[in-house]
Amino acid sequence: MIFSTLRVVVPIVLALVAGGLILLALGKDPLAYYDFVVQRGLLSWSGLQQTIIRSAPLLLIAAGLIVAFRAGIWNLGVDGQFLLAAVASAALAPLLIAALPSWLTIVICCAVSVLVAMSWSLVPAFLKTQYGLNEIITTLMMTFLGISFANVLIKLPFNDPDNTVPQTMTLPVADRLGRLFDTTIHGGIIIALVAVLITHFVMTRTAFGLRLQIVGANPRAAKHAGLNVGRLTYATFALSAGLAGLGGAVEILGVWGTMRADWNPAYGLLVVPLVFLARFNGIAVIALTLFFAILMIGGESASRRLGVPNFYVLVLVALLLIFLALVEYLDHLSRRRKKA
Amino acid sequence: MGGLLTETFIASLLFGAVTVGIPLLLAGLGEQISEKAGVLNIGIEGMMLMGAYGGFVAAYYSESFWLGFLAGGVSGMAVAALMVLFCVLLGMNQIVIGIALTIGAEGLTALLHHFQFSRSYPRLSEVPTLDIAGLSDIPVIGPALFERHPLVYLAIVLVVAIAWLFRRSHIGLNLQAAGDHPAALDAAGIDVKLTRSLAVLATGLLAGIGGAFMADVGAGLFVPFMTHGAGFIAIVLAMLARGKPLWVLLGAALFGASLALTTALQVAGLNIPTDIVQMLPFAMVIVVLVLFARHSYLPPALGLPYHRGER
Repeated sequence: MIFSTLRVVVPIVLALVAGGLILLALGKDPLAYYDFVVQRGLLSWSGLQQTIIRSAPLLLIAAGLIVAFRAGIWNLGVDGQFLLAAVASAALAPLLIAALPSWLTIVICCAVSVLVAMSWSLVPAFLKTQYGLNEIITTLMMTFLGISFANVLIKLPFNDPDNTVPQTMTLPVADRLGRLFDTTIHGGIIIALVAVLITHFVMTRTAFGLRLQIVGANPRAAKHAGLNVGRLTYATFALSAGLAGLGGAVEILGVWGTMRADWNPAYGLLVVPLVFLARFNGIAVIALTLFFAILMIGGESASRRLGVPNFYVLVLVALLLIFLALVEYLDHLSRRRKKA
Repeated sequence: MGGLLTETFIASLLFGAVTVGIPLLLAGLGEQISEKAGVLNIGIEGMMLMGAYGGFVAAYYSESFWLGFLAGGVSGMAVAALMVLFCVLLGMNQIVIGIALTIGAEGLTALLHHFQFSRSYPRLSEVPTLDIAGLSDIPVIGPALFERHPLVYLAIVLVVAIAWLFRRSHIGLNLQAAGDHPAALDAAGIDVKLTRSLAVLATGLLAGIGGAFMADVGAGLFVPFMTHGAGFIAIVLAMLARGKPLWVLLGAALFGASLALTTALQVAGLNIPTDIVQMLPFAMVIVVLVLFARHSYLPPALGLPYHRGER
């Protein structure tokens, strides 16, 4: 237990230190920066609420990545799946609300968003099962395609003519996802937490999850064991994209109520290192996502006040990945040495 | 639609295709070298971006395009050196490190640009050209193909040189063995890790120069995240070219043309929303992959680190 906690904490600490050195080189005080981030992202009430709100889409994307990575599939196209699902909810919700109660609107929007995200992942799934084509490239290409496609949809068919900025029609605040108690936090965080826990349970405790993990560990052996690898691959893509899509729906139905052209938070690649760091464990992902959301919200505040642009978070993520791989490598070495 | 096939449209399409195609060509050739040697270089997007930034800054301060390309190549190689250290020498996961290098280069270049230029985007002076006597006077084709910066001609020469290198030289043979059957190369007494390291460094050099060309010649300025997936398109080019540099050239020309269509259509006075046109190259990648995926080829040992004596 101590050892596995260390394997998570050491890369984080090393990344924060190395990132701090970069800040220092740019003439900024890293301690003041980190202090500000913690103050704004965790210790202030409004900051903490924003952190929890931000965690919802991050957690759903993380759940999607857990499914994919455990099944050995590099779904790096979650950003495209997230965006198009968000468009679907943003376009549909203002129309449905005219005729349906708000709870039904939200349920239908979520379902449609999930389906849209799933179908966006069909092409990479097809190319992977049919031709064995590397999904890293195809899913990334689908994301670049999806970013522009989302803009086309918002500017042309779903554009709100009453607004000068290209955006969809707006879902009234009263009809959005319900708030929790007296806070500004919407119910999406509950959906996200439940989704992560179910994902974790299904992947680790059910026969279906085990099958996916076998495919991930060794597709050839899975085939010999009589598993339908093709169908399981489609299932993996669909589940992974569907969860990311639910993230898009929750972000629109809970926070924005509308979607503007060129809105692309690009959470996907930022969540990748968290999922690795958590070793695909859903419980650990929750803690790490919270940590990361603090960093994001605090960092956004710091970019306005301290003049450190939020691009710094990208650098931190990259450092985190590198130190994570490095710790993994050293661990691997010491274990091999022990064996020998 | 009458204006679509006018001289100005074709001229601007050709001109744009070359401008956008050269970075794709250089990066695609680079990726091909890496892949041949068995290293899947997902970090190439980061190498291009770092090259774009280094290339821009050097050209901006020195007012020399050649120094810009040199600096771009060195910046790309610096990122590649990290890839060599982590993936080739230590044998860490090539995909994780590749993603890390791309994200890191995105963040770092945006950060450096912010601290150096704040919110201004200074432009470089006009691109010096080398006119090829006789050919540059041809209408339409001349200005697009034969009145360009000398690096354009060098890049074309490079295609032939690399094709020769792959087919006729020991270096090419060693690269191929490092990707197809590293143990055999090792048994032949040639250092697999050294071969792969040099391959990845060469990739960084070419991708970096490609990025520098994109910033210095293509845009004349640096904007954060400006490569916008060009590195990933280069990976697709290398994948579909099945180890043949000439095919990379063909692919780069094709994708260059589709990327250049936005401006060309605007020049022709046709106003299709830019978002639709921006979808074109990526849609084309997907269509090309669906049609030709079964013809793509990647070496058997791609993505796997090599450790002597391990199976």
